[in-house]
Amino acid sequence: MRKRLLWVLAFAALTLLLGACSGDLPQNTFDPAGPTAQKQKDLLMPVLWVAAAVFVLVEGGIVLIALKYRHRKGGDDRLPPQVHGNTRLEIGWTIAPAVVLAFVMVPTVGMIWELAERPADAMHITVKGYQWWWGFEYTDPDMVVSYGQGGPIVVADTMVVPAGRTVDLSIESAGGLVGGDDPDFRVAHSFWAPRLFGKQDAMPGRTNHIVFAADEPGTYWGQCAEFCGLQHARMRFRIVALDEADWRAWVENEKQPAVEPTDPLAKQGMDLFLNGVSGGGQCTACHSVGGTNATSPAGPNLTHFAAPEHECFAGCNWDTTDVEALRAWLHDPPGVKYGSKMPNYNLTDDEIDALTAYLLSLT
Amino acid sequence: MASVSVPAPGGGILRRPTATTGFWSWFTTVDHKKIGLLYGVTSFVFFLIGGLEALLIRAQLYQPNGTVLNEAQYNQIFTMHGLTMVFLFVMPMSAAFFNYLIPLMIGARDVAFPRLNAFSFWAFILGGLFLYSSWFLGGAPNGGWFGYPPNSVTDPSIGMTFYALGLLITGVASTAGAVNLAVTIINMRAPGMSLFRTPVFVWMGLVVQFLLAFSLPIITVGLFQLLFDRRWDTAFYDPVRGGDPILWQHLFWLFGHPEVYILVLPAFGIISEIIPVFSRKPLFGYQFVVFSGIAIGFIGFGVWAHHMFAAGLGPVANTAFGVSTAIIAIPTGVKIFNWMATMYGGDLRFGSPMLFSVGTVTMFVIGGLSGVTHSVVPSDYQQTDTYYIVAHFHYVLFGGAIFGLFAGMYFWWPKVFGRMLNERAGKIHFWIMIVGFNLTFGPMHVLGLGGMIRRSATYPEGLGLTGWNQISSVGSFMIGLAVLVFIVNAIASFRRPKGLENEDPWDARTIEWTTSCPPPEHNFDEIPVITSVDEFWHRKYAVDKEGRPVRVPAGAAPAQEEAHGPAHAIHLPSPSYWPLVATIGLPIIGYGVLYSWWLVGAGAVVLLVGLYGWALEPSVAE
Repeated sequence: MRKRLLWVLAFAALTLLLGACSGDLPQNTFDPAGPTAQKQKDLLMPVLWVAAAVFVLVEGGIVLIALKYRHRKGGDDRLPPQVHGNTRLEIGWTIAPAVVLAFVMVPTVGMIWELAERPADAMHITVKGYQWWWGFEYTDPDMVVSYGQGGPIVVADTMVVPAGRTVDLSIESAGGLVGGDDPDFRVAHSFWAPRLFGKQDAMPGRTNHIVFAADEPGTYWGQCAEFCGLQHARMRFRIVALDEADWRAWVENEKQPAVEPTDPLAKQGMDLFLNGVSGGGQCTACHSVGGTNATSPAGPNLTHFAAPEHECFAGCNWDTTDVEALRAWLHDPPGVKYGSKMPNYNLTDDEIDALTAYLLSLT
Repeated sequence: MASVSVPAPGGGILRRPTATTGFWSWFTTVDHKKIGLLYGVTSFVFFLIGGLEALLIRAQLYQPNGTVLNEAQYNQIFTMHGLTMVFLFVMPMSAAFFNYLIPLMIGARDVAFPRLNAFSFWAFILGGLFLYSSWFLGGAPNGGWFGYPPNSVTDPSIGMTFYALGLLITGVASTAGAVNLAVTIINMRAPGMSLFRTPVFVWMGLVVQFLLAFSLPIITVGLFQLLFDRRWDTAFYDPVRGGDPILWQHLFWLFGHPEVYILVLPAFGIISEIIPVFSRKPLFGYQFVVFSGIAIGFIGFGVWAHHMFAAGLGPVANTAFGVSTAIIAIPTGVKIFNWMATMYGGDLRFGSPMLFSVGTVTMFVIGGLSGVTHSVVPSDYQQTDTYYIVAHFHYVLFGGAIFGLFAGMYFWWPKVFGRMLNERAGKIHFWIMIVGFNLTFGPMHVLGLGGMIRRSATYPEGLGLTGWNQISSVGSFMIGLAVLVFIVNAIASFRRPKGLENEDPWDARTIEWTTSCPPPEHNFDEIPVITSVDEFWHRKYAVDKEGRPVRVPAGAAPAQEEAHGPAHAIHLPSPSYWPLVATIGLPIIGYGVLYSWWLVGAGAVVLLVGLYGWALEPSVAE
């Protein structure tokens, strides 16, 4: 009975492991898409095999002992031999695990140092964790915008990188006053894109680093992994890796200020965005749009909100192409993302139409 | 026959209560057995509450974008689940076992400081109630049991202030209890019971008390700083004003990792008693089991930063703590091998206590193996803060600690209540629980490696992990069912008349079984003289001509040499009101910190009155 059950359990465990290696799992750590995640997986695999061997030996041993020495009905009721111990065995099973662990730890220690190296030729992006979304600043000198003070390219929710290029991320916690008495605090976050790299925390007051590259163009999912308050669960992001040509085009577009809309509805939306909505709310209190007088750094930068690489918005919970989701968001942000720092400005349907048109014109 | 004497009244200004039976006697008792029962019942109620919280979590995560709870509720519930299970169930349930059994196992009549023992219990339950009162006073703690600042400081709800104060109060309880039990074990063992004739359960108890005594001050410092940051705007954890949030992480985990061993070593002690009894063999390698427990205690203080590998401590620290994390697996492995060797060649009887003990070993092995993978630091960057970790520590703390505690409940139930639990129901309980447990927590390995973060109120459908979450949720309700079976079994046992056919139902090895079931208030008529480990067993068995032990016929046992002469007066501590009075001051001070300095003053007065009453009451009842 017990044996069969354990076999069932072992089989179930194996199926689980196999299951993890297949199917469409956008955050699967066993499906690396870059050298950093690959190294982290390669380091783990032999350890898992050793663990599996130990598991089989120990659990199998327990099951065998339990079967062999179980008391049978009508069996010998005399006491078994009273063995008190065996020092050689004790020393043996103290040393044996130590040897196994030594074999595990040598490559581990090497890899700790290897992953801590920061190559000089990497491109640099500063990652900032806010409550509850990620912002990205391209700090290399060739990544400055052509308008305003000529600061770095700033985007939110999707981090765009050139495929194959090594990127050195500086991970920080950020925050600022959003809407009066509801401050957006600097709290700890953790930046994690499982298929590309393991996580590092965004600790207030310090800067941590992740060095990674995406082997192929594509979209890679990630999210905040350190509990950071109410909407920790919905603090997501994506990394979009582009081939060299697309990358150059993206950079050129990002350097430009936002396009002035020509469509009258979008124009009306721009007016609402820059000058306030009917309830008195000011979008510009938190958001910036390059080339306009909206320059607040508190919320996501919307300069190229509708660029195709900017796949998602509001903590990367909805696709930018999902107009209904965008309308629902503008209608009542804390209603669809509980506790969101973006207030409900009680927009009218007409205002939502206009603002949606404006946002979607920002390619 | 010994009699309970009434020595001449001592000096004092206030009378002591005398009742040792009846409802009110439970509030004044200083009897370690009654206090053990109070701990056990209270912590089991908290277990049920924490379990309901777990079921709510699993109901919410049954499907993507779950709507059972909103984020605010979810964060409170997962925080309270962790706090409840750690501080209000496993710790006090272990304290229940320690309180009840240690004096009986070392041949003492009570703990060293009986009134301090009562004080510990009342501080624990009042601390727990204080923590839970937050639900009605503006919201429960919502920053996780780990309470990381700045989030735990800046969060606008009142919950994390309750967290800091509540844990400070239960910390008082645990500290007092730790000192009390450590002194008891060191000073009050029966004649002849050298430390290496002490049962392994008592040894693990000793290690745990030292772990508590050394680790609780660390979290206390952290909690005070957190409280001051929240309540009086200090800047211990505010980097803008020169503080550092990572300081909390060090303080918390320097407590928090020994805490893991505080939670699991009692269960290790329990199964180290049960496996030999049900194998009908002595524990294999007694001294190695004891020393590995001590080693775990020491090394347990040197691994804390493996909870912080992704915090950016740098490669030197990560290397050091990676290696120490691997090393702690060694003494843990030694224990596993010794339990296996104890069973090897034995005459194994799979009663419920044995089933739960073997369950503890097999499940803990899984948790231990996944624990070793955390020492592989670069891959831990992937695993930390995911469900892989949730899987790992539930295999350690549920598979290890809670299975072990259930083993202990089945084993000592007849000792404590004079009634047997139903064996058949016990086996049903075990099999439902172990299957439900593996269905709940096994898939969490996959969830974590597949990219699901912990402490996440929900997850998107696109994550591709809905199926595993559903298996896990179904499993969790099986665990709930198993606990129900246990509750029915427990209640049913009380419907049968008290009294055992055999006062030694398991053919046990240690001297608590030389007393009646339940034991008399004074435990032992005569304090036994100890001549070996497994003293009681050696009194029952002699060695035959072939060198095999055979049972000595009843009544033929050689007369035991006793510590004292025949019939003499037994001094038992008298009940007291004052520990309860003193502890009532603690939550009042807590509410005062939240609401008013006047309440702080009132609470301090109550506490002082309690302590003075305690100091000045006569030494015995008049």
